[in-house]
Amino acid sequence: MNNTIAEKIMMEHSKENNVSPGQFIEANIDLIMVHEQLGGRIHKEYEKLGLNKVWDPNKIFFILDHWVPAPTISAAKMHQDCRNFAEKYKFIHNMGMNKGICHQVLPEMGFSRPGMLIVGSDSHTTTYGAFNCLATGIGATDVSVVFATGQLWFKIPESYRINLTGNLKKGVMSKDFILKFIGDISTKGAIYKSLEFHGKGVQNLSIDSRMTIANMVVEAGAKFGILLPDDKLKNWLDQRTQEPYKLVFPDKDAEYNQFFEYNLSEISPVVAKPSNPGNIAPIEEVLGFEIDQAFLGSCTNGRMEDLRIAARILKGKKISHNTRLIIIPASTEIYLNALNEGLIEIFLKAGAIIGNSTCGPCIGGHLGILGENEVCISSSNRNFVGRMGDPSSQIFLASPATVAISALNGKISDPREVFS
Amino acid sequence: MDVIEGSIFILGDDINTDDIIPSHTLTLRDPEEMAKYTLEFIAPEFVRNLDKYDIIVAGENFGSGSSREEAVYVFKILGIKTIIAKSFARIYFRNLINLGIPAIKIQWINEHFSKGDSLKINLSESFIYNKTKDLKFEFEKLPPFLKKILKQGGIINKLKSELKK
Repeated sequence: MNNTIAEKIMMEHSKENNVSPGQFIEANIDLIMVHEQLGGRIHKEYEKLGLNKVWDPNKIFFILDHWVPAPTISAAKMHQDCRNFAEKYKFIHNMGMNKGICHQVLPEMGFSRPGMLIVGSDSHTTTYGAFNCLATGIGATDVSVVFATGQLWFKIPESYRINLTGNLKKGVMSKDFILKFIGDISTKGAIYKSLEFHGKGVQNLSIDSRMTIANMVVEAGAKFGILLPDDKLKNWLDQRTQEPYKLVFPDKDAEYNQFFEYNLSEISPVVAKPSNPGNIAPIEEVLGFEIDQAFLGSCTNGRMEDLRIAARILKGKKISHNTRLIIIPASTEIYLNALNEGLIEIFLKAGAIIGNSTCGPCIGGHLGILGENEVCISSSNRNFVGRMGDPSSQIFLASPATVAISALNGKISDPREVFS
Repeated sequence: MDVIEGSIFILGDDINTDDIIPSHTLTLRDPEEMAKYTLEFIAPEFVRNLDKYDIIVAGENFGSGSSREEAVYVFKILGIKTIIAKSFARIYFRNLINLGIPAIKIQWINEHFSKGDSLKINLSESFIYNKTKDLKFEFEKLPPFLKKILKQGGIINKLKSELKK
């Protein structure tokens, strides 16, 4: 056989004995994640079908995370619609609004496992690819189809193989690698592709770092971003789930449409300049650019590793008086761990504002909206026009280390200065 | 449904779903109300002159970003019949097909289309005729699998008819 990971998992979830890129198939879904979109278009579309049940209430993971707790009356109404739907259709995994961001909580609870096919009402569903499964985002109508039938149409994607070697240098993070990759391949460079990440470089990365890579593949247009599994992943999963799983590797002669090579030790800090995640520049090009706000959080970079490096940079120091720093742990579990490790105290003493776990500022929802002409350096994934507030505001995307050092200096700075 | 006629509004490369429908509108929940903010930050003249446009012509990577289907639905509410682009972001493409809106992929240059040009699009024969400029373009046929969804006016209609059986 000569199948990629995407082809293998797709085939296993369909009635096909053979698949090739471009082919349309119907596939069985193992798990679907839904958030506030349930109270947007999903519930209205689903009611049109006139069904009094969903295909399998045990395969739906429902969480409120985008606007929690509700900052406006309209958001509160949206949450009510979500909860009413979840109750009416007897959802079993109803996470409520106090656990954190979907793409952190779902893996933490062991719901994403190797070999699975997962879809979600959010484009960053690709994050679960860090756990060696196929995962991708879908729209409201697709969600309704899955709720009704447990199946979805898919086109078998072409696969690109990205081989990683080496180790990241101090002060450089997997965020810098994935931003550089998006800059190299462009925001349309991987449209509809499955990106497979191979090599010793993957094994050298923590699970937190891998999640950041899988999270942002969609910014290059990819359908899936899947990392090869190893013992590190197995250990992680064994602490999180009792469910059986089987690691998925590509066949030896798997066919890839393109090959890429990156040595992680050659990666240096970068930023994505406004207003496109593919607008990448080396940190040197933007050093000294003054910022009004720094945001550390989101499904891309709000994990322990991210908070730890920020704490190392901020410990015993105060952020610049003309900058505000907003820190939002990606989940309540992370928040608690950070509290127990003393990180929250370091952040508060440095002058940061700590928010409850939510998407909040990343989508311009709440807890740190930008005003006219303001500049923000953010550890999130998108710097589109108006994404975090006023359309005249500007967002630079960067690693948590770069965000923290920039908050300290009040201007975009190179985190390597701390580690040299 | 096989022939679409109308005049065009032009958008550039990398138009993302935040550009099409900004996040701050997503909790409004009333699609009609939401549609008023279509392209609010990047092309507010679109909604102001709505009666002039029936078709969107865009550049590369149209509809990148979030999975929000509202970014397709607002165009549907506003009477847009089809979207032509050099390339579509994956989720956006699915959302168009699922809502019964043809997604047409062609490579084009500035000389081919101007704002307000009048087009005639034949879906079954896969060509676009720019009546204003007297230019004809062929496009790649949509796979039969997707054509079937479009023919039924979207995947919810298709599913409804399958559920009846």
